[in-house]
Amino acid sequence: MAVVEEYYDVVVVGAGHAGCEAALAAARLGLSTIVFTVSIDSIALMPCNPNVGGSSKGHIVREVDALGGEMGKNIDKTFIQSKMLNESKGPAVHSLRAQADKKMYSQAMRETMEHTENLTIRQAEAAELIVEDGRLTGIRTVSGAIYHCKAAVLCTGTYLKARCIYGDVSNPTGPNGLQAANHLTASLIEHGILVRRFKTGTPARVDGRTIDYSKMAEQFGDKVVVPFSFSTDPASVQKEQVSCWLTYTNEETHKIIRDNIDRSPLFTGVIEGTGPRYCPSIEDKVVKFPDKERHQVFIEPEGLYTTEMYLGGMSSSLPEDVQYAMYRTVPGLENVKIVRNAYAIEYDCIDPHQLKHSLEFKEISGLFSAGQINGSSGYEEAAGQGIIAGMNAALFCLGKDPVILDRSQAYIGVLIDDLVTKETTEPYRMMTSRAEYRLVLRQDNADLRLRGIGHDAGLVSDEDYEKMLSKKESIDREVNRLKTTILGGNETVNAFMVKHGSTALNNGTSLAEMMKRPELDYEILAEIDPERPDLPADVVEQVCIQIKYEGYI
Amino acid sequence: MSRFTEKGKTFAAIATAMSPGSIGIIRISGPESFEAIQKIFKPAHAARFSKMETHTVHYGHILSENGTVIDEVMVLLMRGPKSFTAEDTVEIDTHGGILVTQQVFERVLSTGIRVAEPGEFTKQAFLNGRVDLSEAEAVMDLINSKNAFAASAALSQLQGSVKNKIQSMREDILDAVAYIEAALDDPEHISLDGYTAQLKAKLEPMKTSIDRMIETYKDGAVLKEGVKTVLLGKPNAGKSSLLNALLGRERAIVTDIAGTTRDTLSEQVNIGGIGFEFTDTAGIRETQDVVETIGVERSISQAQEADLLLFVADASLPLDENDRRILKILKEKKSLVLYNKTDLTPQLTIEELKEYCAPETILPVSAKTGEGMDAIKNRLVEMFRAGELLYNDEVLITNARHKEALENARGSLLQALEGISEDVSEDFLTIDLLDAYEALGRITGETLDDDVADRIFEKFCMGK
Repeated sequence: MAVVEEYYDVVVVGAGHAGCEAALAAARLGLSTIVFTVSIDSIALMPCNPNVGGSSKGHIVREVDALGGEMGKNIDKTFIQSKMLNESKGPAVHSLRAQADKKMYSQAMRETMEHTENLTIRQAEAAELIVEDGRLTGIRTVSGAIYHCKAAVLCTGTYLKARCIYGDVSNPTGPNGLQAANHLTASLIEHGILVRRFKTGTPARVDGRTIDYSKMAEQFGDKVVVPFSFSTDPASVQKEQVSCWLTYTNEETHKIIRDNIDRSPLFTGVIEGTGPRYCPSIEDKVVKFPDKERHQVFIEPEGLYTTEMYLGGMSSSLPEDVQYAMYRTVPGLENVKIVRNAYAIEYDCIDPHQLKHSLEFKEISGLFSAGQINGSSGYEEAAGQGIIAGMNAALFCLGKDPVILDRSQAYIGVLIDDLVTKETTEPYRMMTSRAEYRLVLRQDNADLRLRGIGHDAGLVSDEDYEKMLSKKESIDREVNRLKTTILGGNETVNAFMVKHGSTALNNGTSLAEMMKRPELDYEILAEIDPERPDLPADVVEQVCIQIKYEGYI
Repeated sequence: MSRFTEKGKTFAAIATAMSPGSIGIIRISGPESFEAIQKIFKPAHAARFSKMETHTVHYGHILSENGTVIDEVMVLLMRGPKSFTAEDTVEIDTHGGILVTQQVFERVLSTGIRVAEPGEFTKQAFLNGRVDLSEAEAVMDLINSKNAFAASAALSQLQGSVKNKIQSMREDILDAVAYIEAALDDPEHISLDGYTAQLKAKLEPMKTSIDRMIETYKDGAVLKEGVKTVLLGKPNAGKSSLLNALLGRERAIVTDIAGTTRDTLSEQVNIGGIGFEFTDTAGIRETQDVVETIGVERSISQAQEADLLLFVADASLPLDENDRRILKILKEKKSLVLYNKTDLTPQLTIEELKEYCAPETILPVSAKTGEGMDAIKNRLVEMFRAGELLYNDEVLITNARHKEALENARGSLLQALEGISEDVSEDFLTIDLLDAYEALGRITGETLDDDVADRIFEKFCMGK
């Protein structure tokens, strides 16, 4: 029987957040690349929360962008609300988070991929690895077609032998009822890859028309939106935003959960996978924190195209009737109608200790993996690994050294190092506290940290690279000017100091030293700094951070 | 920030076991060893020493910073690579004794040399190709087993105090870090408003208690004093006899006349390796005798400063007002009741005493026959090991590495407190807090790993 046989440099299995970055990176580096997806309509799908970024995850998006990835640009095109979290805290923990229009997000990514040279998109399920002498040489699909390649990146997300569960119902599908990938696991095992089973979950989606918002607190986006991407013009993202809403569970909700806890598949033993501690289902929260009188519920729009709303904070795998009962105890949700049930999902993933820091398998050369298959969780964590795996698959084909980010260079470095070296028994989520060099790994300086690496690899254009270099030069020049501009304790200066509640100067002090005083800052000092050049906001931000936190950084 | 600073290349350690009486050897290794010894050592033959020839031995004195003699010593000079570590190495043989060896060691450290990590001499030898890995491992095993021994020895001395205290401080710090990190990670669920005020209230007593621990090291209090134990009881209850029995010799003047001990007597005694300072007091009773009144007042104030009270109850006499007065004082302190004179016909029963104190604190004893003396000693050791006998609630530090770690922890806590007063963002505070946490962990041998993440998940309800 004749089968389809094609030749590519790189095959990417899966077109989620890891797969898209991997495929784009490989194609952009000039390698002929094909990406498989179980459904063309699920490219860059967001099957769980409708947002990108958040604490530490926002950092990763910036890093992906600085390396020449797509996630930041894509969310800038498709966000419907944006917020900088922790703005009152130190710069290292500022984090961008944007609500996405899920459909637009998916479509925009598909459009980008379809307009990328060297990139082929194919709806097909990868079924087998073809390995010769410890080297990956191709992928066979369910139909028997053979795709010969020099390297492959596995980005199977939560699809491997996926099972969606709530109550007694167990559907053998991937997220959102999409087709699961049931064949590849056996081939992984056959090639000596250790496989394990993880679990995660998602809350119900409800019809916004059945929500009483008057009982909830409205959550607005920021007045001035900061884009994720260093390439996005800030003016282009100032647009009308939609709101999210905040409400709370109560004792009645918790009683319903407790009364029905024996019907949870976690308790009946239907679910075997290990779930994450940081993303507990509402039943986990109620059982584990019995003293908490209420839990927050964030009502977030799924997009502009729909009235569907996401119930952040209430993921569950309880039976349908219990879901209805508990959701309807929440103020504002008394008459709510469910559009999609909450469910838990189980899937196969690999033990990432089998990977090198380049994300290539130690025992199978040319085979890489990224995203949830590596035991991580989250769109951003997936994208961060995706770009590295895609880049390294391409560099492998080109016979070049892989890009390996150190823990002191990027959150992505911390992420990969933790995955491949540490013991993880649950889906891994990034947190700023995992980064020991947190003060240096800020979201505001991701371009200064990583543009050079992206440029060297060939993913960052000369134009973007030079933009970063000139920004860096402006920063250095201004920092130097502030350090060498010495003001004496003359009458004007001291009157200024007193006015701002600062102590008068006795002898010459540099503007930089003055900026370090808690009561003064760059903006205030403008009054006694007539020589100051007019600088763009991102340069001023770096100057301020570098001087103010010099003692720490 | 400590985690970014590179460690000095010259380090020192006390190479001998810390026990009273033995010779104490301090070893310094690294490029600054010779320079350091020149700063603190006054050789008897200056000309010979000034040549700093390798593999020579020099007699002289280690001087304190103000020039007084700390100890008379022998100094051995070995130039690298002909030394164990293949680095310049200096050995100081002191007269031994825990205190003197430590003082000399302290003096060495005062030149800016750091304390060696366990096994670091061997590690250096390995790094310089002086020993191969299997040899290094063998030595490390030995060191580790010695450490285990030292640890168990330390445990018997210090389990209750140092470890409990350090661990509870670490717990508190980790809780604080986890709270802050949880809030930073999930600012919409957990708020930091007003938290720094709470944190300050937590850190200040912690810093004070570390200060005190560091001071105990400087004073060598544990070596000089031991657990302050005060014997109380009405006149002629047998306090002095018991003390003598515990000391194993005659010290207090013992007569049949009540009130013979007019002043307090203090004696050091080593029981099961633990130092106790026993103070015999004048019997407490209402008295007209001026001299004796002063003695009684002094007994009461001694009792208040004590770590442990031993009430000697006279079984041959019924309870009286004096006894009840003492029994009241006992309630406020760690105490034992020694039911003495069990060899005589009892007028006071154990049952009666139980009305005033916990049954397990009553020990029958006869100072005269020696019956029950071992039971007292065993009980004292047990209480100490269980951590019940804190030195006035203080922890005593005897190990230079512990002291260095405490000083690091103290510095980090100070920075955190400064940060709070300067209104620094909480994400900076956790850096100092974690530094303190790690420093304290070096004492208990625990590392950081994923403690923060684990604690966050354990204590806080996170996320979606």
